[in-house]
Amino acid sequence: MTVSTMVVWGVVIGGLLLSLKPLGTYMYKVFTFQPTLFDRPFKPLENVIFRLIHVSRDSEMTALEYGVSFVLMNMLWALMAYTLLRIQGLLPFNPQHFPNLNAPLAFNTSASFTTNTNWQAYSGENTLSYFSQFAVLEFLQFVTPASGGAVGLAFIRGITGRKLGNFFVDLTLLLTRVLLPLALIFGVAFVAAGVPDTLGPYLHLHTLTGQTQIVPRGPIAGWEAIEHLGQNGGGFTNANSANPLENPSALTNVLQSIAMGLVPVAFFYMFGLFAGKRRLAWTLIAVAGTLFLAMLAMIYFPEASGNPVINLLGLSGHGNYVGTELQQGIGGTSIFETASNAFTTGSVSAANDSFLPIPSLALFLGMFLNMVFGGKGVGLLNMLMFVLLTIFLMGLMVGRTPEFLGKKIEAKEISLTAIAFLIHPLLILVGSAIAVATPLGMAGVFNPGPQGLSEILYAFTSGAANNGSALGGLGASLPFYEIAIGVVMILGRYASVVLMLLVAESLWQKKAVPETSGTMHTDTPLFASILLGAIIVLNALTFFPIMALGPLAEHYLLVTHHVFS
Amino acid sequence: MGQTMKRAALLTVILWALLGLGFPLVMVGIGQLFFPWQANGSVITVQGRPVAARHVGQYFGNTLQYFWGRPSDTTSITTGKLQPYNAFNSGPSNYGPTNAALLHDVKVRVREYLQTTPGLKASQIPLSLVESSGSGLDPDITVQSAFIQIPRIAKHTGLSVTTLTRLVESHILPPELGIFGPRRINVVLLNVALTALIHKHES
Repeated sequence: MTVSTMVVWGVVIGGLLLSLKPLGTYMYKVFTFQPTLFDRPFKPLENVIFRLIHVSRDSEMTALEYGVSFVLMNMLWALMAYTLLRIQGLLPFNPQHFPNLNAPLAFNTSASFTTNTNWQAYSGENTLSYFSQFAVLEFLQFVTPASGGAVGLAFIRGITGRKLGNFFVDLTLLLTRVLLPLALIFGVAFVAAGVPDTLGPYLHLHTLTGQTQIVPRGPIAGWEAIEHLGQNGGGFTNANSANPLENPSALTNVLQSIAMGLVPVAFFYMFGLFAGKRRLAWTLIAVAGTLFLAMLAMIYFPEASGNPVINLLGLSGHGNYVGTELQQGIGGTSIFETASNAFTTGSVSAANDSFLPIPSLALFLGMFLNMVFGGKGVGLLNMLMFVLLTIFLMGLMVGRTPEFLGKKIEAKEISLTAIAFLIHPLLILVGSAIAVATPLGMAGVFNPGPQGLSEILYAFTSGAANNGSALGGLGASLPFYEIAIGVVMILGRYASVVLMLLVAESLWQKKAVPETSGTMHTDTPLFASILLGAIIVLNALTFFPIMALGPLAEHYLLVTHHVFS
Repeated sequence: MGQTMKRAALLTVILWALLGLGFPLVMVGIGQLFFPWQANGSVITVQGRPVAARHVGQYFGNTLQYFWGRPSDTTSITTGKLQPYNAFNSGPSNYGPTNAALLHDVKVRVREYLQTTPGLKASQIPLSLVESSGSGLDPDITVQSAFIQIPRIAKHTGLSVTTLTRLVESHILPPELGIFGPRRINVVLLNVALTALIHKHES
């Protein structure tokens, strides 16, 4: 491992570790309505908003009201985005005069950005006007992660014995107190580091060799900030953060990697404060952190030693540089990609389709688990889903009704949790099976051999996990994929969220049972290792067969120098 | 439900004004005011003429007297055919690791270097110089990638190897802030300087 790699990793991981406590504590204070340092600038603004919509800070909602508000508001955004994309040609800020989007693409894109997936079946720089980029999609990159975070908050409140809160209040505060201030800071850093931010038209350059080169510009720096802070991952351009216009240096690469993790990791710590059990938070952070480091190692070491087939040519150096940017180095690319799939951002600083098989497996892993910190709120929700399942399994082993945070976990909660767990593999495996079995689906495959299967599988996994990255060779702009992935994204986002809200309400209504000597402790290294084991076993049982046909098959073929044409 | 719908719609309008219009336009304002060069695309001008964007690579592989950048697999959006360093349609080859086309492309590029560069051995060619980038717009190459091209450029420009070596050495970029990322060479900046040298040499 090079010194350069260690520095980059150290700064990203160290930055996240140092920020999680202050940021988590700050968020805890905001969402328990305690005074914070930033009340003065933001409170008056929020008061105006709350007065306009006739909501008071301390008003409450039931799980049903909360869930309905969440879904309704999301529907409204999807409709708004769909409409505005369909009439893009009539709207202002369109210096390149791009035409309206067609119906399947507008559906896919509005579903994608509303569900916080940011799957992109188009190339931004030659499809979307500045207005569509900033007033439609960048807007969604603010509000949709905040709405997911709000649901996470409601869940936390419910299982820690509080009333769920008010969706509109939580959504607004997540935006004014967390995302907007952070986005301003990161946005300024990005523009200073060389990311364009202008409304001026594309550059037409006369190059040194006498050609004309069109260089896209646009309001990119602000976009990059919220793209990463919100675990959105939708790129301004087709190549996403591999494009030097979006991610011009190793410094911006580090900043984007940190930005993705800040809020999701702090959410874990904030949960500990809500539960009054900081050790429980650290236990969950340790479990997710272990998985994060495992993914990082799975990506870095194979990429650094290179493609066995190309290594036979005896060129200078080692490492797989296909689809990577030189200035990020393999270390910088690895931490960015790990962060992106752990936090379910889905932005890429390299071409995922050209990754070696084991690194691909790590990318899949992040999306299968969907709780290696995950998206803010939603990732914690998934982690707690596994906690409940693990407690249930342990309870079965010792023959005792399991309990968590003083509440008995019974048939109703476990049924709901189990359904929530099963939706994810169901969407991925059934979706992929349909694509593989139909000519329409197979028409999108680009690479020969097992990589072709991986492309399809990755698309459905990315949609279901609301990640949004792709093995880019797949023909994502085929109507089959635009519609199928669009549907998978919607089910993947809303079904499990609503189920978990019901779990929270059901737990909230229960009477607390006092802790006894027989109570199972969830904040010990023993529990952490059982939780980690349960996560691995449950997911391996679900996904190992298909992984054996995709990345694993490819790995063993590659080490024996087999290529496909 | 009606009340909720009304609230949802009203809040959407307020948030849209704040985040959909306010934030992006404020960011553009900050960029234009405090960092106008970066915010407008980091344009490099030669004698007042814009020739390049600092962070976006250009295609030099069609000429023998310039340093070549990394291979680019960007395509034309009208014909779909290969059009290297087309910044209007950023993207990679998407070739998977076991795709025979990947191996074929790498071999072709190696052969091109060996045929055009006097005295070059395959073992001197850095992998990154024959493997295409993720954006197709990578402006950077490794230091060694520049050095191995010097014999070819000397042959086609008439500049001495010493002059070119000094030119390359003066264009090595340190890691960002001294600590992030590798040492590297921005091919666009290097070729801008090379153009000036060629003009001086000819006159």
